[in-house]
Amino acid sequence: MNFDLSEEQEMLQETVRNFLANECPATTLREIFDGETGFSQSLWKGMAEMGLAGLHLPEEYGGAGLEILDLAIVSEVLGYMGTPGPFVGHTLAGLAIASGGSDAQKQKWLAALATGDAIGTVALAEEGGAWLPDQWSLEGGALSGSKNHVPSAQQADVIVVGVAGGGLALVEKAADGLEIQDIEGADRTRRLCRLSFANTPSEALPEGGAAATRVRDVALVLLAADAFGGASRLVEMSVEYAKTREQFGVTIGHFQALKHQLANMAVEVEPSRGLYWYAAHAMDHLQDESERTAAVAKAHITDRYMQVARDAVEAHGGIGFTWECDVQIWFKRAMFDRAWMGAPAVHRERAAVMAGW
Amino acid sequence: MDLSYGEELEGYRDEVVEFLGANWPLQAEEAGLGWNEQASLFRERAIQAGYLCRNIPKSYGGSEQEPDVLKAQIIREEFGKRQAPMEPRGIGTMMLVPTLLERGEEWQKQKFVAPTICGQMAWCQGYSEPGSGSDLASLKTRGERVGDEWVINGQKIWTSGAKTADYMFCLTRTEPEQPKHAGISYLLIDMKQPGIDVRPLRQMTGGADFCEVFFDDVRTPKDWIVGKRGEGWLVSRTTLKHERNSIGSTQQTRALFAGLVALAKESEIDGKPAIEDAGIRQRLASLEGYVTAHHHSGYRTLTKDAKGESPGPITMMNKLISTNIGHDIARLALDLIGDNGLLGSGGRSMEGMMAGSQGWISHYMYSLGIAVAGGTANIQRNVIGERGLGLPRDAAAERSSGR
Repeated sequence: MNFDLSEEQEMLQETVRNFLANECPATTLREIFDGETGFSQSLWKGMAEMGLAGLHLPEEYGGAGLEILDLAIVSEVLGYMGTPGPFVGHTLAGLAIASGGSDAQKQKWLAALATGDAIGTVALAEEGGAWLPDQWSLEGGALSGSKNHVPSAQQADVIVVGVAGGGLALVEKAADGLEIQDIEGADRTRRLCRLSFANTPSEALPEGGAAATRVRDVALVLLAADAFGGASRLVEMSVEYAKTREQFGVTIGHFQALKHQLANMAVEVEPSRGLYWYAAHAMDHLQDESERTAAVAKAHITDRYMQVARDAVEAHGGIGFTWECDVQIWFKRAMFDRAWMGAPAVHRERAAVMAGW
Repeated sequence: MDLSYGEELEGYRDEVVEFLGANWPLQAEEAGLGWNEQASLFRERAIQAGYLCRNIPKSYGGSEQEPDVLKAQIIREEFGKRQAPMEPRGIGTMMLVPTLLERGEEWQKQKFVAPTICGQMAWCQGYSEPGSGSDLASLKTRGERVGDEWVINGQKIWTSGAKTADYMFCLTRTEPEQPKHAGISYLLIDMKQPGIDVRPLRQMTGGADFCEVFFDDVRTPKDWIVGKRGEGWLVSRTTLKHERNSIGSTQQTRALFAGLVALAKESEIDGKPAIEDAGIRQRLASLEGYVTAHHHSGYRTLTKDAKGESPGPITMMNKLISTNIGHDIARLALDLIGDNGLLGSGGRSMEGMMAGSQGWISHYMYSLGIAVAGGTANIQRNVIGERGLGLPRDAAAERSSGR
């Protein structure tokens, strides 16, 4: 019985955290957040050099061949640090091709994705909150229609598109009839786009059906992990503020009203660590439970994140409501984690159905 | 991450199962004994076999095993499955025995530990007073040395089990001239003597689980003190390094949640099973997130304990977490039972809850008792804030403690 991370996993988290603290400190994060594209080539290159672009991809294609749990604990750190860039979409695109692609498709993309030289993303959502494979209606083959809320599409070399029947297809960057429009998303660390297709050529993944459900579940786990990291950071930021801000001649952390609010925030967040660990572990080792635990983890932790983000703004007082205060960056990441791939209510209902309720 | 117990521990589990197969339930004429006698007999055998009282030396009646939280967890799992008696759950085993083992005189250990751990000697805890709740160290019950005895006068409150207890471990003010934390002694008192008046307190549920205890020139021998005069506060803070049960409360919470799901299946809203109602499904699934997180958190703590590492602030949070879940379960249950929410709780006490609507009403009220007992939720928040998050102590508390 060892419900804990290994030393290697703790070291991986530590390494990523240190790298980001050096390469993407608050000032850099702020520049990217306020910048035109939300993307930093040098930051992405550095992350890729650490192996973060292909952690989960097979070693034969230059990936690290690690498990979903390893991806998730990295996602936690990225959430904690508020890391901008294409990690989520890129990781899911690689996962889709590795688990559902033909040999030729793998040959063509995986090595480039693993080094980060090529960037991937996923185009899943359709109008009306249709995020999930059984809800997709875009017909495969030559695509005509649209996909919404595609992360980092401006940087993507290859886009994995969800198609009717719950399958997946590849669309390349410069494909005919593909139009990419920026959406003014709240989270400026993970920019969203709307994709329009007009008779755009696509190439189906042969095992796209199975890959699509795996992409869905891993996406939920990664969001849950990101949410845990981000929520933990907001608790820390709020506690730190309470220890430095003075009123009535003492630091405001002396006052019970605030102390209790901070304790409540910590109690909302801290127990969730094991929930996302378990969901991630289940993806590779407990197949029967993986779909349901991923849904429960995403619903629970992203909801906690959003609530804690609201609390964090309050705990910072007036400054917390300003653009200048970093809390807003995590607040908006909480909005992303909560809504992307479907709101908590959607996944709670799925969990209820799967429980036979 | 490996969620199996591994070959060696599974072998240990087999031994536990084999022991239980041969020893519980009791057979032949022993099966006809009363439950307490059966439990006593069984406990003796389980101690012999090394499964109970594992952290207590053999010389005091324990089984003196190497601490191993994983083995302890396996024992709990297997004993639990067969409803075999564990150590008596009273305050004596949980609080007094660890304190005596750490701080007591040799004769005190000899006299009190063995009968307490096999359930023959019952204890109550004399801490809270009417004027000293969260600010416990302000307690006023006096202990005066008169000849070879302590003479005790004052009043304790919220004393669970005082009606049936043989003895009390009691915080008394013996050095009134000292600052408040330094003037307290930890005395042991025979409850069966004149001058002690135990009055049950009737709870909002109608039951009575705890009492007021009045002392009027109550006497105890001069050496029935644990630690030195004036060290009582420190003695009461003693915690032994033992096999913390990090899963226990999460298992109870899971069982309660399973009961709630069953209730949602039986109950109806607009002529249809409540479990089909979209709002109820959302609330159940939302609660399940909390219950499952708490559960996995317990396994993480278990692992950390097994490795001898600190699980971090989570250990201070568990009481508040299970309190919060208890509140949510109570609220949803009350919505599910509909008009039966007009009924009383049937005057039940802690035991025998959970059956039918009145059981849920009983839980609806008891969940509040649990929120208060052993440190209110707000006190828990102070502890989490100050010791867990490192926030400064409340200024008033700081001044009053003089530390």
